[in-house]
Amino acid sequence: MVAAAGIPMYDIPFLSVGGGIGSFVTLDYLRIYGVPTSQMRVVSNIDHPWQTYEFLTRCSQIPRGERIRSDSSSRPDNLWGFPSYALEEAWKEKKPSYLWQILTEPLLNDYWTPRAGTVFENLEREAKRIDYWDMLVKGQVRMVRRRAGGGYFTVVTPPEGAAATKRIIFRSRFVHIAIGYPGLKFLPDLQEFRTKHGDYQHVVNAYEPHEQVYEFLKTRPGTVVIRGGGVVASRVLQRLFDDRERHGLQTQIIHIFRTFVSGPHGPHVWSRRKGGHGWAYQGFNYPKSVWGGQLKAEMRKLEGADRAKKYKEMGGTNTPYRRRWQEQMRAGRSGGYYHAVQGTVDRVERGPDGRLVSYVRSNDGIVREPVSDYIIDCTGLEADIAEHRIFDDLLRNGGAGRNPVGRLDVERHFEVKGTANGDGVLYASGSATLGGYFPGVDTFLGLQIAAQEIADDLARRGFVKRMGPLRSTAQWFKWVRNAPV
Amino acid sequence: MVPTLLGRIQTRLFMLATLGVLVTLLIVPVLPGPSGSLADRYVNGLLVIAAVGVLGVVWELIYHFLMQFRWEKDWPTLFGLLTLVPEGLVLYFLLRSGVIDFIDPVPAAAFWTHFTVVWVCIWLVTNGPMRVPFIRWRFRGGRVL
Repeated sequence: MVAAAGIPMYDIPFLSVGGGIGSFVTLDYLRIYGVPTSQMRVVSNIDHPWQTYEFLTRCSQIPRGERIRSDSSSRPDNLWGFPSYALEEAWKEKKPSYLWQILTEPLLNDYWTPRAGTVFENLEREAKRIDYWDMLVKGQVRMVRRRAGGGYFTVVTPPEGAAATKRIIFRSRFVHIAIGYPGLKFLPDLQEFRTKHGDYQHVVNAYEPHEQVYEFLKTRPGTVVIRGGGVVASRVLQRLFDDRERHGLQTQIIHIFRTFVSGPHGPHVWSRRKGGHGWAYQGFNYPKSVWGGQLKAEMRKLEGADRAKKYKEMGGTNTPYRRRWQEQMRAGRSGGYYHAVQGTVDRVERGPDGRLVSYVRSNDGIVREPVSDYIIDCTGLEADIAEHRIFDDLLRNGGAGRNPVGRLDVERHFEVKGTANGDGVLYASGSATLGGYFPGVDTFLGLQIAAQEIADDLARRGFVKRMGPLRSTAQWFKWVRNAPV
Repeated sequence: MVPTLLGRIQTRLFMLATLGVLVTLLIVPVLPGPSGSLADRYVNGLLVIAAVGVLGVVWELIYHFLMQFRWEKDWPTLFGLLTLVPEGLVLYFLLRSGVIDFIDPVPAAAFWTHFTVVWVCIWLVTNGPMRVPFIRWRFRGGRVL
């Protein structure tokens, strides 16, 4: 049928859809396990794997020179995690203080975390080493469908002028989907304001470019409302405080937490997280042991409602406790220019002077109406997976289902449940699979854990040989020498 | 490190049986304050390593219990290094007091040099190089098997 329609079809045993860091680490694993580039393709609408990540981190105030929130030994460019980023930066910059920090984290020091630039430069090095660009096919994936006889068809729209036809098709035994966040979701009251007033300048999301806010505040004193209690709120706050110091500004900051954490919280002395002044404190997105320890082992055994409950217990928005941020907030509180309040916002309206009025109702019944020049939404809500056409199609036609927290249901080895077809397997990794047997999916190390599970599953199916200690060591030396795999 | 209980115990025994034995074989001839033949000192050195392993199972139970008070259920790198102090002291006391009577009393300098060198070597390897041959080890809470 496909041939009759005149659509060109290419056979490729393993196809990854996405082309971000999730696709990259999976291909990296498989290249290192021993799969040649001729057996794999990645379909993407971006040119290099860190492109979307870099866009989002830059918007949320982490340019290349700033540090991201990620562990030193979570290296998407190095599946062994050794040498860690801290060792590398200490060596390159001749800074033994990094080693002291990594030795004493998180007890005497904040967690050591890498610069965004360090991550991107190393990704580029590794991408070249594994011939990533030989496998990249530019295009927009429309759908992934099971084909009669096993395996899958992936329908792709190539960029205009890049191919003779409007569609091309890949026929594969294995397909891997790592398309990242289905989309950003705005807080409903802010979305309503933006739609009603057509104002995308004063009510902004921290993940979209919003440099105009900081530029305006340099020209005259203003007030900013921040919504959300995660790491992005922390980083945006730091930018506002830094600018205040650097340029002697008069910026006033009102910070609205929907859930205001006033101290250590949790049901039991064995499950209590630190917190205070509104924030819940945690080094990384998840408690550390989800990436290999106790929580990882526990979650792997849980099903249904028990699993959803465990996710809830360890979930909740949080941010790292960083000494610099604490100092700045303390100064802000005592200087009277940083005000943190608990409340839910009923609506946002434009005041008579054109500024923004938020109607905030707190749990104790008090209603506040702070007036501001800008509102920055730092909540980072994610859209439902069905907002993305590929997932929507898989849920409707592909046999895929939802897990206990509503996202894509995958096995322990990241096969999408219900989508097997003959000897073909469909895998998924990343944010869409949150709620599965492994919790830390939307993190560097989580993507690597998924990639390793997938590579080992492919080894069980005979696509590649499982990597043992000897090959692993030999391959590590190649990584060190930057030699081809 | 983010160990599970089984992972802790396995990693300890595995590292002592491999790197611990290797370091012992290298270091025993040069330990300060030697007494007895080299063969006897080797046997004694290896028995000390075995004792670190056996007692260590109890220690790991204690560490695992203490770790439950940590929200992250992690075991910071520094803990892994500093626990050499209580473990060394207890073992040294047991050896000197003759409770473990099949190991000859060891001169203080020899014991502490041997114990510390083995400990630091194992600590360094488990915090990085171990992941080079064993890529699944860190994701399994330190289980080797």
